[in-house]
This record gives sequence, structure tokens and C-alpha cells, in this order.
Amino acid sequence: MSDRYEVRLSGAGGQGLVLAGVILAEAAALYDGINAVQTQSYGPEARGGASKSEVIISDSDIDYPKATAIDLLLCLTQEACDKYTDDLKEKGIIIADSRMVKELPDGNYTIYSLPIIDTAKEKVGKTFVANIVALGVIAHLAEKVSFDSVLQAVLSRVPKGTEDLNKRALQLGYELIG
Amino acid sequence: MSEKVVFYQGNEACAEGALYAGCNFFAGYPITPSTEVAEFLARRLPKQGGAFIQMEDEIAAMAAVIGASLTGAKSITATSGPGMSLKLENLGFACITEVPCVIVNVMRGGPSTGLPTGPSQSDVMQARWGTHGDHPAIALAPDSVQEIFTETVRAFNLAERLRTPVILLTDEIIGHMREKFTIPAEGEIEIWDRPRPTVPPEEYKPYDISEGIIPPMADFGSGYRFHVTGLNHDETGFPTNIPSLVEPEERRLMAKITENLDIIEKYEYMEKKGSKVGVISFGSSARSTRSAIAMAGEGGTSVDFLRLITLWPFPSHVVNEMADKLDLIIVPEMNLGQMIEEVERSAEGKTEVIGVNRVDGEPITPDQILEKIREVS
Repeated sequence: MSDRYEVRLSGAGGQGLVLAGVILAEAAALYDGINAVQTQSYGPEARGGASKSEVIISDSDIDYPKATAIDLLLCLTQEACDKYTDDLKEKGIIIADSRMVKELPDGNYTIYSLPIIDTAKEKVGKTFVANIVALGVIAHLAEKVSFDSVLQAVLSRVPKGTEDLNKRALQLGYELIG
Repeated sequence: MSEKVVFYQGNEACAEGALYAGCNFFAGYPITPSTEVAEFLARRLPKQGGAFIQMEDEIAAMAAVIGASLTGAKSITATSGPGMSLKLENLGFACITEVPCVIVNVMRGGPSTGLPTGPSQSDVMQARWGTHGDHPAIALAPDSVQEIFTETVRAFNLAERLRTPVILLTDEIIGHMREKFTIPAEGEIEIWDRPRPTVPPEEYKPYDISEGIIPPMADFGSGYRFHVTGLNHDETGFPTNIPSLVEPEERRLMAKITENLDIIEKYEYMEKKGSKVGVISFGSSARSTRSAIAMAGEGGTSVDFLRLITLWPFPSHVVNEMADKLDLIIVPEMNLGQMIEEVERSAEGKTEVIGVNRVDGEPITPDQILEKIREVS
């Protein structure tokens, strides 16, 4: 299972993390032409509650579809960060929203604390594109997926008329890392 | 339609498979984690002349599916454990009246409303024995998005060919999991329709088996008049309690399955040279098993793997042969031990059988299975 690249997107229900996972997986599977599987885990609430979406990307067949040794973890809430850090690999990447996540886990991790939600709110003008801003960050940091593929996947998934908004959100996310 | 590559959820692939098989009727009542099957068919069926109806509950939904099928429609419903429990009475009605239909159960934790969003495989025995009385049962358990598609098509084909309900048994993990898969071109998979009468309406008897054990089925509304009842009936479809008529019919219902195992049974047996341990699993636990067996192989341990795609009827003869060769069979399943009882029965004490079980709403991990393999190797 060594060439698996495992991504977990976590936060609260309603933040669009399942959609973000689907887009990331589609970028890999449909546009980069490698294998990808996306799964989700959520509570019975329509909004709120800890929620996660996982994407496994691999050059070979993916049997077990859930994350076991995470390469990259996104946390958009403190609750998700507290709950979903366990399976992170040593030297794994944590991308945390700097406003929502104040306490980061101890350990040998590479941590990026970034204003994801604030970027969506203030620079794009819509809080609900925070998931796409986060995808921009992930496109910058994740191995095995390219920015262009993520962009194509975003444009094919978002509602008509919101393409420019989402493209801008993705670009701003990408640029959050200098 | 030519071949098309898409990135779909298992539930969406199930709905797409239903359409490929010619499904033109869905009745259901939404329930997590199966709702996407209904949502997909609600969007697609009306556009192609089919009907989608959300009923007042699961009991009515199952009744509507049977009614639609009696008019000649290829019909399906999708649900999860709590809804499946409600459908069981009418499932038995479909068995005895021999009405083709497909019932999808995307399993979640139970009993009762249990764990709505958590995966489970705890409806294995319900799929076999949930409805009362001796009755035939076919349950198919795919393990990937692609296979959910192909097994849904096969579920319709078996339902039509054998005039019997077929259960597609998936779970929250593969129902909600997304993978790339290929929708085959039209005509690539053969599609079967139920046998229909060749005699004129006035000569038609709905349970006439003079041509074979699957009686031809007329469409209601096509000029053929016949009676349908959940009571034991004779060849005219009217109730009977004459012993010499009841028993042969009861036996025929079962014989439709046992005499057609060549088209019903489906499994993959991956045998390794020199292995002493084997694993038997299905559905999402089979994916964990494949990972575990690959890891064991990297450590130099060979493990046999029997993956069941058809769960019911249970392929006892295959398990029995495995038991001849192996010292131990491991049975991982997301329940407290259901399929393992069939494995033990089939192994006839010739080998040790142990389970790996999990019911906390999380999947069985490859490590859990690997640990068991290492304990005994």
C-alpha cells in the first residue's frame, strides 16, 4: 500500500468538504488519469457536527478505500482537528484554518495555518467557497494532483454562473502559500 | 449509447445499472445511506418515459414495485435496514406470486434505526430468512462501484429470468464511495426479459408449468386476465389448500434457484500455492481483505481468498473444498457473526473457522485482518 497518497478533508457538516473531496478525486481520476477513491463520514446532522471526506490517490489499484496513513490533513474546525489527527503520518502535512483552529497537535508534522475562511469571505466575498480556497492550497501542496486538473474538476462540478467565483477562490487558495 | 467513463458513487452506479437493465419504475421512501439511488432515478426515469414515485412508507413502496412489475414494468426499490424490515412482508408476497423485482439494501448499523450514517453488514441473514415461510432468496453483494453497476444489471436479469425478487446487498461504504467506472456500451451486457405467454388470453394460466418451471408471465392490462394471491394457489392463480397441489408448488419455488445455480452463483477464488490459511468475505470487507492479503504476501505469507459476489444461495460446495485444503478460514464481516455460520456449516468441521467482527460503525481495517493472519501463520 506504499504508493498511496492519502488526503483527509475535515471540518463541520455544511462546509462542502464532501464536494471538495469529490473534486480532488475527480481531478486525479478523470484529468490526471491515475486511480482515486473518495469516501465520506458524517453524522446525522445536515449542518454542524464533525464531518470528513477522504481521498486516496494511487498509481495502482486501491482496495481499502479509507485513510490509514494520512499524507495531508485539512482541518476547518477545531473539533475536526481534535478528532481526526490520529492517522496522520509522521512529517505529514496539516492545513488548518487560522481563525477556526487555534490548538494544533504536537508531533512531527508540517503545519500550514492559513486564513482559508477569511480569504473566502473577504477576498472572494462568499464564505461558502472556503472549500474551493482549501482545494487551491491542497493543489499547491499535494503530490499526484496538478493545479490544472483540479481547476478542470472544479469547473465541471460547480453550478453554472459561479465558474469565475470558484476559479478565483481556487487561485487565491493556491497563492496562500508563497 | 457508446461506452462512457464517469466518476460515480456506488449508489449512482446502482441506479445507472438499473436503467441499463431496462428499469422503468421506482417506488421508495428515502433513507440514508440509500437515498442517492432514489435521487438519481427521480432525475432520470421521467426523462425516459419511466415513473418515479415516493410512497408514504416502505411497505407501500414494496407493494407499488410489485404492482408495477405485474403490469410488465421492470421495477426497483432502494432502502436500508429499517426500511428493509418493513418491506419483508411484501417481499414474501413477491416470492410466492413470482413477481420479478429488485430490492436494494444499502446496509447500515442496526437493529432498529441503529447507526444511520455508519456502515454495516448485519443484514446477511435477513436477506436470506427475513420474510417468513420457505422461500427462494437471491442476494448479490458487489464490492466496487463498477461491480455495483454490473450486479444491478444481473439482479434485474435474474429477477426476470427466474420470476423472483432479487436483493442487492451493499453497505454505506461502497454505496457512498466514489470511483471511476465505465458504463458499458448498449448491448455489451445481455439484457433478459421475463418469459411471456404465447397462448391467447382465453387459454392463459398464470402458473402453467407445462413448458418449464418458470411459468410465462402476462402483463396486466394487456388483455390477459389472471388472479394474484399470497395464498398458495393452483395453476389458475386461485387459492388452493389441496396438499397434492401445495407441496409441488412450494418445492418448485425453491427449484427455480437450485436448478439455475449456473447463472446465479458468482464468486472469485484466488488460490495461492502452499497456503494454509484462507479468508472468505464480501462487499466492503472484501476490499479490506485484499489489502490484508497483499500485505501478508509482502511478508512471505500466502493466503487464499474467496470473495462471494452471490451471497445467497450460499456456495457451500466451494467452501467445503476450501476446508479440505486449509487449516484455518478467517471470516471478516461487519456484524457479530452471520456469514460465519454458513461457512462453519459448509466446512463440516474439517477446518477451524474464526471471525473478525466489527460493529462500531467503522470499517474492518486491513490491519485487523492481517493481525489475525499473523496470529495463526
